[in-house]
Amino acid sequence: MQKYIRTDRLPWIYCPGCSIGIATQMVAHAIEDLGLDFHKVVIISGIGCSGRTSGYFKTGTYHTTHGRAIAFAEGVKIANPELEVIVISGDGDLAAIGGNHLIHACRRNIDITVVCINNLNYGMTGGQFGPTTEHERYSQTSPPPFGNVEHPFNLVQLAASSGATFVARWTAVQARRATKSIAKGIKKKGFSFIEIVGACPTAYGRMNRLGDGLAMHKHLLEVADIQNGLPPHEAEFDYERRIVCGEFVNIEKPEYTEVLRQMHLKAHGQ
Amino acid sequence: MPERVMFTMGDIACAEGALSAGCRYFGGYPITPATEIAEWMARRMPEVGGAYVQYEDEIASITSVIGASWTGAKAMTATSGPGVSLMLEAIGLAVMTETPLVIVNIMRGGPSTGQPTRGQQGDVMQAKWGSHGDYQIIALTPASVQEMFDQTVRAFNLAERFRTPVFILADETVGHMRERLVIPDEHDLKIEYRKLPKVPPEEYLPFKADDDLVPPMALLGSEYQFYATGLTHDERGYPSDKENVQIELITRLNNKILHNADKIIELEEFMLDDADIAVVSYGTPSRSAKRAIKDARNEGIKVGMLRLKTVWPFPEKAIADLASRVKHIIVPEQNMGQIYHLVKEHALTTPVHLMAKPAGMPQYPQEIVQKIHEVSS
Ligand SMILES: Cc1ncc(C[n+]2csc(CCOP(=O)(O)OP(=O)(O)O)c2C)c(N)n1
Ligand SMILES: [Mg+2]
Repeated sequence: MQKYIRTDRLPWIYCPGCSIGIATQMVAHAIEDLGLDFHKVVIISGIGCSGRTSGYFKTGTYHTTHGRAIAFAEGVKIANPELEVIVISGDGDLAAIGGNHLIHACRRNIDITVVCINNLNYGMTGGQFGPTTEHERYSQTSPPPFGNVEHPFNLVQLAASSGATFVARWTAVQARRATKSIAKGIKKKGFSFIEIVGACPTAYGRMNRLGDGLAMHKHLLEVADIQNGLPPHEAEFDYERRIVCGEFVNIEKPEYTEVLRQMHLKAHGQ
Repeated sequence: MPERVMFTMGDIACAEGALSAGCRYFGGYPITPATEIAEWMARRMPEVGGAYVQYEDEIASITSVIGASWTGAKAMTATSGPGVSLMLEAIGLAVMTETPLVIVNIMRGGPSTGQPTRGQQGDVMQAKWGSHGDYQIIALTPASVQEMFDQTVRAFNLAERFRTPVFILADETVGHMRERLVIPDEHDLKIEYRKLPKVPPEEYLPFKADDDLVPPMALLGSEYQFYATGLTHDERGYPSDKENVQIELITRLNNKILHNADKIIELEEFMLDDADIAVVSYGTPSRSAKRAIKDARNEGIKVGMLRLKTVWPFPEKAIADLASRVKHIIVPEQNMGQIYHLVKEHALTTPVHLMAKPAGMPQYPQEIVQKIHEVSS
C-alpha cells in the first residue's frame, strides 16, 4: 500500500477498533485492482474522522469544509473530466450538513464516486446523534433514558431515489466485496454511492453498550444479509437484526460532463 | 479576438471581463442583481469551451469554484449579499488553501433580503471580515461599465498572482447601468497565471512560499502529490496544532497581501492637486461626487476626489497622505458608514465627514455640494 498511502503520516489518528482505516484500504485496493494512473486520481473529503481519509492518500488530495466534499468534487470533475474523482467522508458530513449536495449530485449524475463511512454518529465531535442514528439510540445529545427522538435516513434509498446510477452497501468486515463495489463505482460512468457501515466503538459503541471494536465488527458480520440486486427500497437497515448488503442500483443514464462535452461540440457546429 | 465595442450593462461587462481573463468555469446560483452575469455565462461558456454550472446553493457554487481552480481552471462565482453570507465559510477555506478565484458581489440593499433591486454598499466590511479568523482579502470597486470589465480582468490577475480569492464589490447601480464598453483586442490584455512548481515532485513542498510569500501551486491530476486542507498546516501541507505553525502561516497569509499592497491598490485622483477639501468615495457615489466637484469648482471652491478602485487592502498610506494635504474629507457612502471609519482612522487629525445613505439612490450631486458648502464655511 506504500504506493498509495502517505506512510510518513502513519499511524492513523483513528481510535483502536475504528473502521475508517479499513475503508481507506478498501479504496486503495480498488484503485490498485483497476490499475489506475494514480496521478489522475483525486481524493476529497469533508470534515470528521472519516473526513481525514483524503490526507492519507499519496496523490492530489483536498480536505474541504464540513459537508462540501461533493461540491468541491463536482468543480474538479467538470473542470477536468479526465480525472478520476473520489469522495470519502462520513455519514454526518455527507447526509446532514452536506445532504443537499449529495442529492443534487445524484440528480445531476456527475461521474464521481462517493464512499460514505457510516459509523452511525458524529464521531469526531465526540458522539452526537446524526442523520443515520437509529430511533431511541443513545448519544451525547440523545442521552438516556429517551435516546434519539429522530429517525434515520436509509442512505441507500436516499441515493437511489435521488438518481445515483450505482448504489451499494457493505459493512467494514466485507472487505473483498466492498472493494469490488468501490472499483465498480469508480469505473461506472455516472454518480456512484457506496456506503460502508462501520464501527465507532469509542463513542457510539460505548454509549449504546455495543462492545469494543472487535465485538462490533463481529456483530456487523452476523447481521449483514447479502442481497445483491434487491430493489433499493427493500435494503433494510436495522443495526440489531439485519443490515442488507449488496449492490442495489446499476443503471445507465446520460452523465453530466459527457452531456456538457456534447453541448460544446454542438456550439461549434459539429 | 479583435477589439469589440458594445453598449451593455455592468453585469455583462463583468462576465465578458472574466471570459477575456480566461475564466472557463462559472459556478453559481441566481440572485438579483447579479443574475445577468450567470445568464450571460450560461450562453457564452459553451462557445468558449467552458462550463456554466448552476448549483443548489451558493455554498456549493463557491466550493465547486475552489475545486475547479485546483485543476488549473480560472474560475468564478457571482452573487449578492445573501449569497455571500452563505459563501463565507468557504471563502475562508479558499484563503487558507491559497486558492485563486474571483467572487463578484453585486451589492443590494440589506440586511437579509432587503431591497433586491436597489443598490447599496453594505457589504464592504463583510468582504473583509465576514469569514472567521484573521485574514486579508482583495476587493476591487468598479464605478462604470468599462471598469466592470477592466477590474474583473485585474481581479483574475491578482487572484492568480497572489493565490487568493478576490472580490469584485460593485453596487447594483454599476451592475445594471448601461454604457459603452470597449473590449480590447485579446493581444492587448495582460493576462497572468499562477506559478506552477519547478522542483521535481519528490522535492515539492506545497505550502513553502517563495520570496514573494506565494507558494507555487501544484494542480490536481499533475505528477505532484499534495494534501490541501483548511486545517492549519505546515509547509508540507500537513495539519498541525503547534503554535509556531499557526503563527507562521497566518502571518504569511496576511503579509502576502499587506506587503504587496502598493502593487494591488489602484486609486483615481480627480481635481485633487490644489484641493482644500477631498471627497473619498468608491462605486456609484463617486459618480455623483464628480458632478458635485465640478459644480463646486465653478463656484470657486477647491475640492477634489480620491476615488478608491481598491478598498481591500485598504489604501491607508494614500489616506494619510491625502489628510496631510487637505483641510476636510467628505465620505459619501451608500451605507451607514463603513469605509468612513477607516478613513477616519488614517486621516488622523483632519476632520472626516460622513454622508451616510443606506439606500438605493446615491447621494445627489447637490447634496454633496451642500456638504462641501457646510464644511468650507
Ligand atoms: C460548519 C461546521 N459545523 C460543525 C463542525 C463540527 N464537526 C466536525 S466533525 C463533525 C461531525 C462529523 O461526523 P461524520 O461526518 O459522521 O464523521 P465521523 O467523525 O463520524 O467519521 C462536526 C459536527 C464543523 N467542523 N464545521
Ligand atoms: Mg459518522
